Amino acid sequence: MKVLLAMSGGVDSSVAGALLLREGHEVVGVTMKLWGGDSDTGCCSVSDVDDARRVAQQLDIDHLVFNFGDDFDTHVVAPYVAAHAAGVTPNPCIECNRHVKFDRLLRRADQLGFDAVATGHHARIGRRPDGTHTLERGADAAKDQSYVVHMLDQDALARTRFPVGHIDKAEVRRLAAELGLRTASKPDSQDVCFITSTGGREAFLGDRIPTRPGRVVDTSGAEVGAVAAVEMVTIGQRRGLGLPGGGPVRYAVDVDVPGATVVVGDEADLRRPSTRVADVVWTGRPVDGEVLVQTSAHGTARPARLDRDDHGVVVHWRTPQRRVAPGQSVVVYDLDDVCVLGGGTAAD
Amino acid sequence: MRPVAVDAMLPYLTERYANPSGSHRFAREARRAVDEARDQIAEILGVAPGEVVFTSCGTESDNTVLVNAPGRVVCPAAEHHAVLHPVEAHPDGVVVGTDATGQVDLDRLSDACTPDTAVVSVMAVNNEVGTITDLAAVAAVVRERAPGALLHTDAVQAACWLDLREVAPLVDAMSFSGHKFGGPKGCGVLTVREGVAVPPLISGGGQERERRSGTHNVAGIVAFAAALAETDATRAAERERLTGLRDRLVDGISAQLDGVHETVPRDRKVAGSAHLCFEGIENEALLFLLDQADVCASAASACASGAMEPSHVLAAMGVDRSLAGGALRLSLGSTTTSADVDRAVDVVVDGVAHLRRTAP
Repeated sequence: MKVLLAMSGGVDSSVAGALLLREGHEVVGVTMKLWGGDSDTGCCSVSDVDDARRVAQQLDIDHLVFNFGDDFDTHVVAPYVAAHAAGVTPNPCIECNRHVKFDRLLRRADQLGFDAVATGHHARIGRRPDGTHTLERGADAAKDQSYVVHMLDQDALARTRFPVGHIDKAEVRRLAAELGLRTASKPDSQDVCFITSTGGREAFLGDRIPTRPGRVVDTSGAEVGAVAAVEMVTIGQRRGLGLPGGGPVRYAVDVDVPGATVVVGDEADLRRPSTRVADVVWTGRPVDGEVLVQTSAHGTARPARLDRDDHGVVVHWRTPQRRVAPGQSVVVYDLDDVCVLGGGTAAD
Repeated sequence: MRPVAVDAMLPYLTERYANPSGSHRFAREARRAVDEARDQIAEILGVAPGEVVFTSCGTESDNTVLVNAPGRVVCPAAEHHAVLHPVEAHPDGVVVGTDATGQVDLDRLSDACTPDTAVVSVMAVNNEVGTITDLAAVAAVVRERAPGALLHTDAVQAACWLDLREVAPLVDAMSFSGHKFGGPKGCGVLTVREGVAVPPLISGGGQERERRSGTHNVAGIVAFAAALAETDATRAAERERLTGLRDRLVDGISAQLDGVHETVPRDRKVAGSAHLCFEGIENEALLFLLDQADVCASAASACASGAMEPSHVLAAMGVDRSLAGGALRLSLGSTTTSADVDRAVDVVVDGVAHLRRTAP
C-alpha cells in the first residue's frame, strides 16, 4: 500500500514510519507547514521540520513539506480568534485535525495516488464483520488520543492508519531507541503550536481582538472581583478572577462577553444535568440511548443518555457534571469505553 | 558542474592544496592561480582585475553592498531575497513596485531616489520569471536623481544569458555566483568600480585588499573562472539553441492544455527560463508528480522549513494569488536536450491534466 505519513518531527510519527515500512508499505513522509508566525512548540517550527526530515533520511523514505498555511489560517486560527471574541473556547488542535490533517491532507493524498494517510496518533482503527470501520481508544490508556480524532467518519477511517495506536508510549520510545531514531527521547509536544510560552494565549489574542475588562459577580449578582479581559475567561476556570484569597473555591460558571460579566459560583453552581452538542459527526450510524461521554482530552468518559432532536444532540448526564465550556469537544463512546461513536461541540 | 570546472579545481584540492596568503613556493603557486582566475574573470565581466572581489556566494556579494550602506538603499519588490531582506532591514530601506513583467517601475524608482541615497540595487535578470531589466534606463534615472548613489546589480542570473561586458559600464557593482553557470557552489564574486568604497562585511586577515577577509577558496575560484570562460565562449550559440528548446517546451505544453498563462512575454526574458501559471492546480501537488516522473522543477522559493512560500515576485507583478499557486518554473541549461524537453512536456501535461481531473 502507498501511504503518506504526516511527520510532525515527534517520536510517535517517527516510529509510525518505521512500523509502516516493517509492514511492507511504500511510505512517503510529509510535514505540513501550518503556522507562519512565532512558535516554540508543536508542529510548525523549523527545528521540528528538521527532525522530521532527518528521521525520514534515517528511514530512507522521501520527505516533503506541504504549505497548508492558508488553510490553517482560515480553518483554525481565524475561527479560534473569532470564537474567543464571542466568549467561546475552541480546541484548535481538534479543528486542525478536522480541517487540515484529515481533510486537506487526505484530499491531497488522494490526488497524488496514495491509498492512505498515516499519523502518529494513539488511537486504533478496527473493522467490524460487516466491513465498516471502528475508531477505538489507543492501547496506551494514558496517551489515548481518540478524543482529538473523533471527527473521522467512515470515509476518512477507511483511508487512515494509526500505526502506534496498538502499542504503548514506552514501546514507542523503546522502538525509536532501538532503531536509533534521533527523536527517541524528544519530549512530547503539549501546547497549541501558534501560542508561544512567553506570550501565551493572552498575548496572541490581545494582538488580534479588542479585549475588555469585565466585572466578576456571584450568583446573587454582587460584585466580587474583576478580570482584565472577559474574552479570556473559560467556564470552569478557578484562577485569575480577581477574587480575594482564602475564601471557598470559586469557578467561572457563566461568561457574558457582550455584558462584560463573569459569574462565579461553587462547584454545585457549575454542575449541569445535561449538555447540548452541535455539529455532531458520527463515526458510523447515529446513535442514541445509553452511552459514555467524554468532555476533555484526558478526562474520564461518564455515563449519560443521548437524545437526538432537530438541533443536534442532548447529553443527559446520569449524575450532573461540570458545565462544559461552549466550543469544547464532546465525544461519545460505547458502554465498553472503547469505541468512539461520534462527537461534536458543546453549545450551551 | 561543467567538466572543465571540475577538472580545473581538482588539483587545488589535492597536490596544490596551499593557502595563497603564505610566503612559500606552494603558496605562490596558489596565489598565481587566484590571480590568473581574477584576470580571466575580470575580462569576461568587463571590469579591471582590481575590481573583482571573491566572496562565498551571491548572497554575500549582495549583502556586502547593502547591509552597511551609509544612507538610503532602494530596490524593486521582485528582487531576490538576498537583496530584498537587507533592504527591508535597513533603517532607510525603500522597496519600489514593478510592472506586470517584473520590471522595476521607473517612475517609482525615480521618486524613491534622493540626493542622500547610498545604494540602488536592481537585478539584471529575475531569478524566478526570467525578466531582463533595462539597466540603461535604470541607470539614467539613478544617475539623474541620485548622482552620489552606488548602482548595484544582482547579476547572478545574468551570467549565462547576457554579455556582461555590456552590463558593466552601466553600473558600479555586480554580484555573481558560481553555481548559476556550472561552477561550484560556495564561490561568488562582487565587482566594485575602482574608487568606490564599500566597507567590508567580513573583516579579519585583510584578503581581497581589505574588502573581504577570509582564506581564499582557491579551488572554487579556479573552477569559477573555468566555468565562466566556457559560459562566455558558448553563450551566443547556447542562447539560440535554448531559445528554440524553451519555445518547444512552452508551445508543447500550451498546445495541449487550456488555462496556461505565460507569466512574462518571451521577448522580455532570458532563453533558459520557462515560467508558466496553470489555472486550477496547486503547484505543490504538481511538483510531487513531476518529481515522481523524474522531472525536477521548482515553483517559488522555499522558506527555512522547506515549505513553498507564495511567490513575492508574482505578488509584485500583480499575479492573482490563486493563479500564482499554480506557478511552475522550468529552467533549461547547457545539459538540456530536445529529448528532455519532449519528456518534460508529456509529464507536465499529464500532471496538470491529472490534478484538474481529480481536483478535490
